[in-house]
Amino acid sequence: MRKILLSFLGVFAFTLTMAQTSIPTVTIKTVDGKPFITSNIKNDGPIIIDFWATWCKPCVKELNAISEDYEDWVEETGVKIYAVSVDNARTSARVAPFVNSNEWEYEVLLDPNSDFKRAMNVVNVPHIFIFNKKGELVEQHTAYNEGDEEHLLELLKKLAKE
Amino acid sequence: MRKIIIASSFFLLSVFAWGQNVQKKGVLSGNFQLDGTYYTDTTSTKARPELYGINAYGNFNYTYGNFSAGLRYELYQPPMMGYDMRYKGFGMPYAYLTYRSDNMTFTLGNFYEQFGSGMILRSYEEKTLGYDNAMEGVSVKYKPYRGIYLKGLVGKQRSFWETNGLVRGIDGEFIVNDIFKIESEKIPYFTLGGSFVSKYQDPTNTLLYLPANVAAGAARMGVLYKKINLSGEYVYKANDPGADNNFIYKKGEGLLINATYSTKGLGIYLTAKRLDNMYFRSDRNAAGTAYLINNPPAVAQEHTYSLSAMYPFATQANGEMGLQSSIAYKFKKKSLLGGKYGTKVTLSYSDVYDIKRTAIDENTAIGEKGTMGYTSSFAELGQHMYVDANIKIHKKLSKKLKGSFIQQYQEFDNTIFHVGDYHSTIYTNISVLDITYKINKHNAIRTELEHLYTEQDKGSWAMLMLEYTVSPHWFFVVWDQWNYGNPIASDKEHFYNVSFGYIKNSNRIQLSYGKQREGVVCAGGVCRFVPAFEGLMISLTSTF
Repeated sequence: MRKILLSFLGVFAFTLTMAQTSIPTVTIKTVDGKPFITSNIKNDGPIIIDFWATWCKPCVKELNAISEDYEDWVEETGVKIYAVSVDNARTSARVAPFVNSNEWEYEVLLDPNSDFKRAMNVVNVPHIFIFNKKGELVEQHTAYNEGDEEHLLELLKKLAKE
Repeated sequence: MRKIIIASSFFLLSVFAWGQNVQKKGVLSGNFQLDGTYYTDTTSTKARPELYGINAYGNFNYTYGNFSAGLRYELYQPPMMGYDMRYKGFGMPYAYLTYRSDNMTFTLGNFYEQFGSGMILRSYEEKTLGYDNAMEGVSVKYKPYRGIYLKGLVGKQRSFWETNGLVRGIDGEFIVNDIFKIESEKIPYFTLGGSFVSKYQDPTNTLLYLPANVAAGAARMGVLYKKINLSGEYVYKANDPGADNNFIYKKGEGLLINATYSTKGLGIYLTAKRLDNMYFRSDRNAAGTAYLINNPPAVAQEHTYSLSAMYPFATQANGEMGLQSSIAYKFKKKSLLGGKYGTKVTLSYSDVYDIKRTAIDENTAIGEKGTMGYTSSFAELGQHMYVDANIKIHKKLSKKLKGSFIQQYQEFDNTIFHVGDYHSTIYTNISVLDITYKINKHNAIRTELEHLYTEQDKGSWAMLMLEYTVSPHWFFVVWDQWNYGNPIASDKEHFYNVSFGYIKNSNRIQLSYGKQREGVVCAGGVCRFVPAFEGLMISLTSTF
């Protein structure tokens, strides 16, 4: 046990270490069930990765709140939102009809065995990651309180100007 | 031995990382979660010496170019009430080393994996359930050609602090349109897949001839055409006598079909499933959630409102057949039913039966040990076990006010699900009203009014929840669940909770005090029992 911890420390001693700044590469699925490699998460402007699930009330609330003004957000800030559903096989087939019936315009991805969620160290949903144009992690946020989207929009506006 | 391998891997990784490129930086990330309860009600802790419970874990992942390595340390000292006491203790049950190139990924150590829908193999963790059947061994993923995805694994399974059993599996997925470079949207998009999984266990029982190796195979396909998506999987398991099926030699099988149609503003979903003798474990004597190789998806809708989830459906891998369907429609803005902001209406229906079992001959009882067990016709329904029909209306009334209303009817055969001590079918009518009022940009109030009407079990319940949030940092919640309809006057109890919390970026802390009713917590059709208790709770999560 101690050996492992010591060698883990050794890794940091030998290499310069930074906290999570980029997107790990994992193969997940598109909302239609096609394979999708997360290194293809790209945008000319800021990127939001939003981990959610159909059974998670605050997640759906947050995505609904953003959805109302998403067109304006894209226009103003150039943001692209990837909504990664962590629904397992029980509910993952329901994601596409759910997204459509809510009229969401996000890039929706499926992570049915939580591979991407684990790689991104997400504990609970909702959890969002905000990346700047260069693909560097700027901020992350867990949980959702009514009105959080206001803060998010302000941050995106700032990132758009950078 | 394992520790030495992991330790030296880390050492090599660090040296390699150093040698390769001094400029390039490694990335360390991770998370941490701690949940603790101090039990103030000593009657509920009679069974244990400790007045408190702590569940904590932390993950560390290190990535350098194509390499990644990580570990998780866990502590349950002792586990909180409702978690299996076999978790008591602490240690490092999870560590891995992964190399990933464009077409090949391999992992040594611990890993999670799912083949198809999970009916044949699913290794996963679900912390809310205290469930973790992580594999320990070797996993390889290989993409030899465009549209072809192959996976292979050999490993043991985690069960609490033990690692045992032997599982071997291969899986292939073939994206037909990618293989043949078909890009036209006019041609349906075809996916084919297949899996083979085999487990090995020494036949130790001397009274019966037991197979050391048990094999299972699965085939799946998917067709996507414009707005229609159809998918299905069939799984077959060779004879697998074990504690789950009372040591019968019958084969197991399962079928799952999903169909969806959706377009902007409309979503339709239908799923049908049949399972027969499909418990699949790497230890034939295990029970509960130990050593499960597969995780057949549950066919009924999962509910999240407290009273809606009081009688939750749990997958019956020994036998069930059922369907679930849902239609969601959003009435357009400025239409008669849509109003200013539109109205979303969702109708859902789930109906599940047992399979019909017939004796193999006159002299053998159904499911008799050491026999072929029973025969079951594919199309015949057995005992009715579950119905859930509900309507959900979601409406935004103004910029400040929005809400949802749910009306739900449920039939729940408790001779099958065993939630509490009631031994018959429970019929419930549940209503939920969830209203959010936004006071201003950062302050909002939300309330949940819930009612469950039943004449069975513990009778009717009412619940009121109030939540006040200050974006982005604070939340305050109080609720009370009142079992006012309990036929026993002294059991008409209140179960309440007061909590508040603080969120800063990816850190969250919550403190609460409450009296929790006895109940069942479920995720994905797998459930755990939570006894009643009263206590002070703390929850802390962080991602870094």
